[in-house]
Amino acid sequence: MALLEVRDLIVTFDTPEGEVHAVNGLSFDLDPGQTMGVVGESGSGKTQTALAMLGLLAENGRATGSVKFRGQELLGMSMQELSSIRGSSISMIFQDPISSLNPYMSIGDQLIEVLTHHRNLKRRAARMRAEEMLHQVQISDPTQRMRQFPHELSGGMCQRVMIAMGLLCQPDILIADEPTTALDVTVQSQINLLMDELSEQSSTAIMLITHDLGVIAGLCDRVLVMYAGEAMEMADVDPLFAAPAHPYTEGLLQSVPRLDRDDSGILNAIPGNPPDLLRLPVGCPFRARCEYAWDRCTAHPELRETTPGRLKRCHLDALPLVSEVTTEQGSA
Amino acid sequence: MRAPLLKIEDLSVHFQIDAEGGWLKPKQQTVRAVDGISFDLQPAETLGIVGESGCGKSTLARAILGLVRPTGGRIVWMGENLADLEEEQMRNKRRELQMVFQDPLGSLDPRMTVGQIVGEPLKNFFPSMSRLQIRERVSGMLKMVGLLPEQINRYPHEFSGGQCQRIGIARALVVNPRLVVCDEPVSALDVSIQAQIINLLKDLQKKLRLSLIFIAHDLSVVRHVSDRVLVMYLGKVMELADRDSIYHNPRHPYTRALIESVPIPDPVAERKRTRNSLGGELPSPANPPSGCVFRTRCPYAAGECVEQVPKLDEVMENHTEETALHRVACIRHERI
Repeated sequence: MALLEVRDLIVTFDTPEGEVHAVNGLSFDLDPGQTMGVVGESGSGKTQTALAMLGLLAENGRATGSVKFRGQELLGMSMQELSSIRGSSISMIFQDPISSLNPYMSIGDQLIEVLTHHRNLKRRAARMRAEEMLHQVQISDPTQRMRQFPHELSGGMCQRVMIAMGLLCQPDILIADEPTTALDVTVQSQINLLMDELSEQSSTAIMLITHDLGVIAGLCDRVLVMYAGEAMEMADVDPLFAAPAHPYTEGLLQSVPRLDRDDSGILNAIPGNPPDLLRLPVGCPFRARCEYAWDRCTAHPELRETTPGRLKRCHLDALPLVSEVTTEQGSA
Repeated sequence: MRAPLLKIEDLSVHFQIDAEGGWLKPKQQTVRAVDGISFDLQPAETLGIVGESGCGKSTLARAILGLVRPTGGRIVWMGENLADLEEEQMRNKRRELQMVFQDPLGSLDPRMTVGQIVGEPLKNFFPSMSRLQIRERVSGMLKMVGLLPEQINRYPHEFSGGQCQRIGIARALVVNPRLVVCDEPVSALDVSIQAQIINLLKDLQKKLRLSLIFIAHDLSVVRHVSDRVLVMYLGKVMELADRDSIYHNPRHPYTRALIESVPIPDPVAERKRTRNSLGGELPSPANPPSGCVFRTRCPYAAGECVEQVPKLDEVMENHTEETALHRVACIRHERI
């Protein structure tokens, strides 16, 4: 049994303009020790999936389907039961490290609170454990840092504190939502290195939400590609990057300029814009932007397994090897 | 050698701030946001400027456009020192120097229609243009940046991020500038939209023979668009060279660290890579290290780096007439 089983997850929001369909029937598994990357553009439902799993949706949001953690259903669980799981068995770190910390509490108090709350440790034992954890995420002089407040630390330092906090209770799952997007490249590389080491040393499964395919390539075992709230493709990291099976994955890979290639020609941009989540199109949600779209795409494709462990949501059996179609300048 | 369009000579922008300490009598401290920067920009050339947040990229851009007053050095625009100009003369120069901002929606007035936004610079700089002429020019411009002329009466909130950035580009280009400074123009956009905007900028630059200063923290994007690249750290130039020269053969330890930090979307290559990430963080520009400003994070720093301030010197080896000058500010670069 997988550590986490998500089945047919649907997340909707009631808004004055109508119902927003953020996640539309998402299913996936997460195994112990696995690092799964979730990639997609803004509005593809990456973050809402994570928030729905933890019961953290905004008030107008509603989640249906099933999210089972160690066989236990999380959706519909009482707040009390959920809060014993959050931060203890499943923890989450967010994109903006400075505003995710409490500005009125010292770093030390925030870390100690996690342990006294979830692990019933005495303050002194909790303090020692917290200092040890700060040391582990390579924060110099932990004793001094424990006394400081979030505004006294840099963004990279705050993100280390967040990671330390997320790992304090040795959770089974760590959800990291764009943990390095707000950071500079050199700091990003420090944090990624740290996450990589931590995932190797512990059996914590990581769900890494990002839009950066480079970060996915460096850290993940498995990849889930999302578009308009649905899984477009799911595969192990090597086959996915070697030969993307879905036109959207291919488009994402081709639209980023790469540092390891001498190329300053026209980028293969995906034309158009992501669909309006208030009015999702009939059929394949990507078809309006897809260069291979044909008449069958007006029927909604099922997610199907093409080879063992590899799933895609596309009517095409294989993508043409060399894309002959040069994408026109998209009129966004 | 052609005459440069823009020549920056020893430019400095220092800010005075109240430091900690006295409450009644705060101590003054100097933040050296831009500290002695020099470079040239040729017509129709794209210069990429990279560096981490706080390195002074945006202050440099604002100084060039006259939005902050330099505290030292010269900005020479087609042979004229911009600091010597009167207010009125500077106003006219502003037509030739335009800017595209980072936040696509935030840089557009929410109460103005697209037509008003793109038309406003025309009203400003060409008061004699009739309403009809303005409307025609604006809809031509919208078409050029990939928007529909029918959208002229819509408001910014009705557009997506990518479309808003197209509006921002149209507003910058409508007055026929010679130089456009783009400050992180694509960093707020999703990757697929980012590619559309990069393609558009490159296309327009070629068509209109524009010079671009392209400021970004994303090294892959900068490599894709630039002819030459300038690497900044703590207000100073670390390295300045031809695009291929700097990416194939980076000489400064900071440039190397930056390039090594960028993750590559290829799992096989990523596993092979030795990850030696740069330790530490950017020192405060109010209290920069002595000697080489990068020495506190440099894996190759030696005693001499503490005392000697490195000059931006030409790299002599492999130097040919054809390759553009490769300059590096590191006293030890030949021994690394």
